[in-house]
Amino acid sequence: MAGPAKPADTNRPALALHVPEPKCRPGDKPDFSHIDIGTAGAQPRPDESVHPAQIQDLAFSLIRVLGEDNQAHGPWNPRLDPQTLRTMLGHMAMVRAFDERMFRGQRQGKTSFYMKCTGEEATSIAPAMALASDDMVFPSYRQQGILIARGYPLIDMINQIYSNKADKLKGRQLPIMYSSREHSFFSISGNLATQCPQAVGWAMASAIRGDSRIAASWVGEGSTAEGDFHSACTFAAVYNAPVILNVINNQWAISSFSGFAGAERTTFAARGLGYGIAALRVDGNDALACYAAAEWAANRARANHGPTLIEYFTYRAEGHSTSDDPSAYRSAQEREEWPLGDPVARLKKHLIAIGEWDEARHAAMDLACAETVKAATKEAEKNGILGHGLHHPFHTMFEDVYEELPWHLQEQAEQAIRERIAKFGTERPFG
Amino acid sequence: MSEDLAPPAEAQAERRLNMIEAINEALDIMLARDPDVIVMGEDVGYFGGVFRATAGLQAKYGKTRVFDTPISECGIIGVAVGMGAYGLRPVPEIQFADYIYPGLDQLISEAARLRYRSAGDYIAPLTVRSPFGGGIFGGQTHSQSPEALFTHVAGLKTVVPATPHDAKGLLISAIEDNDPVIFFEPKRIYNGPFSGYYDKPVAPWKTHPDSIVPEGYYKVPLGKARVVQEGEAFTVLAYGTMVHVAEAVCKAKGVDAEILDLRTLVPLDINAVKASVEKTGRCLIVHEATRTSGFGAELSALVTEHCFYHLEAPVERVTGFDTPYPHSLEWAYFPGPVRIGEAIDKLLKD
Repeated sequence: MAGPAKPADTNRPALALHVPEPKCRPGDKPDFSHIDIGTAGAQPRPDESVHPAQIQDLAFSLIRVLGEDNQAHGPWNPRLDPQTLRTMLGHMAMVRAFDERMFRGQRQGKTSFYMKCTGEEATSIAPAMALASDDMVFPSYRQQGILIARGYPLIDMINQIYSNKADKLKGRQLPIMYSSREHSFFSISGNLATQCPQAVGWAMASAIRGDSRIAASWVGEGSTAEGDFHSACTFAAVYNAPVILNVINNQWAISSFSGFAGAERTTFAARGLGYGIAALRVDGNDALACYAAAEWAANRARANHGPTLIEYFTYRAEGHSTSDDPSAYRSAQEREEWPLGDPVARLKKHLIAIGEWDEARHAAMDLACAETVKAATKEAEKNGILGHGLHHPFHTMFEDVYEELPWHLQEQAEQAIRERIAKFGTERPFG
Repeated sequence: MSEDLAPPAEAQAERRLNMIEAINEALDIMLARDPDVIVMGEDVGYFGGVFRATAGLQAKYGKTRVFDTPISECGIIGVAVGMGAYGLRPVPEIQFADYIYPGLDQLISEAARLRYRSAGDYIAPLTVRSPFGGGIFGGQTHSQSPEALFTHVAGLKTVVPATPHDAKGLLISAIEDNDPVIFFEPKRIYNGPFSGYYDKPVAPWKTHPDSIVPEGYYKVPLGKARVVQEGEAFTVLAYGTMVHVAEAVCKAKGVDAEILDLRTLVPLDINAVKASVEKTGRCLIVHEATRTSGFGAELSALVTEHCFYHLEAPVERVTGFDTPYPHSLEWAYFPGPVRIGEAIDKLLKD
C-alpha cells in the first residue's frame, strides 16, 4: 500500500557545489605531496592472460622500472639490449630537438601553430617501439614521437607544418595533424577523443578478418571526459577488441588541471575497471616502464585476451600549444619539481649507469639531432612556408571532399578561379 | 511449359516486395557479394532489427558479419569509421533517425572529412541506414526528419528512397559508394505508399507499380531524380513519403503536376529540377521536416537562382511546422492534403 509521500524537511542543510581547484597557481610553491610515486620495481607483473579483476591494484599504483639509482628494477624491466635503449634515447632526443625548432619556426612566422610534447616523449616513443610497425595507431595531437620512431621523414613532417606545396595533406590540416597510411598512422583529428572508438573499430575489423595486427589509440586525460572515450571502452570490452587505449595524463588540459576530468576522485586507469578492461597505471616519464606496459598490452591483445587501458602518468612541461601561456594559470616551478623527473634525462642516466653511454656521446647526439632537424627545415623551406604562396595548386581545395567532384563543387571551383583571376590577373600568380 | 523450369524473366520482373523486404534483399546481396560489407546496429543481429530490415542475415552470414551493438550511436559510427579505415565497408543501422545525434561528431567531423583531411589517405565508405519521418504515432523522438543537418555537411551524401524498387537499388549504390552516405528510410511507407489521407484505408505496396523489384543485383544511381509523373501545370519537388502524398493530392485535385522524386538530396539532380521547372514555370516543394532552414529552403533558393526567368509564380514550400513532432496532434503537424492543396491553389491562382 502506498503511504503518503515523505514530507519535505525544512531543516535540511544547504547543498554546496564543489568546483575543483589545483593545489597551486602562479607564484605558489608546488605541492606534490598527494602524489604517491611508490618504489621502482615493486609492482607485480601478472601474466598477460590475467582477468582484469585480479589486477585492480595496478590501476592505482604506478608501474616503475627506473629507480633513484638509475638502474632498472623488478619484473616490469623489459630487459632491452643497450642498442635498443640508445635507439629509444635517440628518438626522444630527436623529438625534443624537432619540437624546439618547430616552436621557434612558429615564433618566426613560418607557420601558424605548433604543439610540443616536452616531458611526454616516452609516452609515444616507447609504446611505438613496443608495437609492431604495422600495428595501427590512432594518435591524438601530441604523439609526434610515434612518427619519429617509425621513421617517417622529418621533411614530410615539416612540409605539413608549413602547409607548403610539398605537404602530403595538401595544406588542408592545421600543423601537426599528420596522417600516414604507409606508416599505419591514422589521420589526426582536432576533435578530441574521436580516435578512441575508431581505434576500437579498426581492431574489431582486424579480428573480424582473422588478421594479427592490433590497434592503439592515445588520448589526453582531459579528453577522457568525452563520450567517445566511454563508447570506445564499452565497445572494446563488449567485443574483447585487440586494442590498447592509452591515456596520457599530463596533468593539464590547456588551463584545466586533471581534477576537471575527475582526478580528484580516482585514477584514469581506474576508468577501465568499470568496463572490465585490464588497466595499468604507469610512470610516463620512465621509458622502460612505458615500453614494458605497452608490450604487455600488445601481447595480451595479440593473444585474444582483449583490450588494455594504460594511464601514463606524466607532466606537460610546456604550454598546450604556441597559442598558450601556461604562466597565466600554473606555477612555473611545477616542471622543475615534478616528482617523476624528465624522461630523457632519466633514460640517459640509466644508460650511463649501466656503462653504455656518457655525457660526451650525449652532447654529440644532441648536436647531431639539432643539425639533422636544421637541415630538414632548410630543405622543407624550399617548398615554401605558410602564407608565402608556395602552397598546393588552387584547384586542390575542391578535391577529396567527395571521391568525384559533384556539380555544385564544380560550380564553386569555377567561381573561385574567377575570383583568383579578378584579383591577380591569372589563376596561378605564383607559377 | 513444365513447372520445374525457372520462371521466365518477365515473370521474375513481377515479383513484388515491400520496402523492408527490398532493403533486406539489398543487404543480403551485398553481404554475399562483398566480404568487406558488415551490418551492425542495435537489435539488428539475432532479432533482425526492430523493423525487421536485417531479419535472417545473421543466421546466413554469421555473427562477425551481422551483429548487435551497444546502445551508443557515437560508438556505432565511431567504430564504423575505424572499420572503414581498415578496409571494411560497414553498413551501420541507427534504429531511429531521432537517435542519430550522439553520433553526429563522428559523422560530421570524422566520416565526412576523413578523405579531405588525409588527402585521400583514408576514406570512410560507410552507409548509415536509419528509419526517419513520422506518421506512425512515434511522438517527438521517433518521428523526426533530420536530413537538412546532413545535407549541410560537405563530404556527406544524403539519400531518401520512396519505393521498394529504388530502396534496393539506391542502397546497393550507397554501399558501393566510397563516400559516407546517410540513407534515410521513410518508415511510414515501409509497408505501403501512404497517401497522406490518414483517415482512409492504407494501400499495401503490392498494388503499387514500383513494388516490382527485380531479383539479384542492380543499382539505382545516386544523384539521379525520378520523374514520377509528367505534367505541365507545375513541378513538385519531393522525396520519401511526401512523393506519395503529393501524388495523391494532385490526383484528388485533378491538377496536371509534374512530380519529381529527388531520391538523392546531395548530390542533387539539378538538371532534372531545372528541366522540369523551366517547362512548367511553377514549383511546389514538399517535405515533412520542419520548415526553417529545411532542405526546402535550399531547393527554393536553387530554383530561384537557376530558373528565375521561367517562374510565373513564387516558389511554394509545404513543410512540417517548426515545432517538435507532437504525439496526439501528429496529423496537425504532418504536411497533409489540406496544406498541400492550399499551396497548389496559391501556386496556380495567377
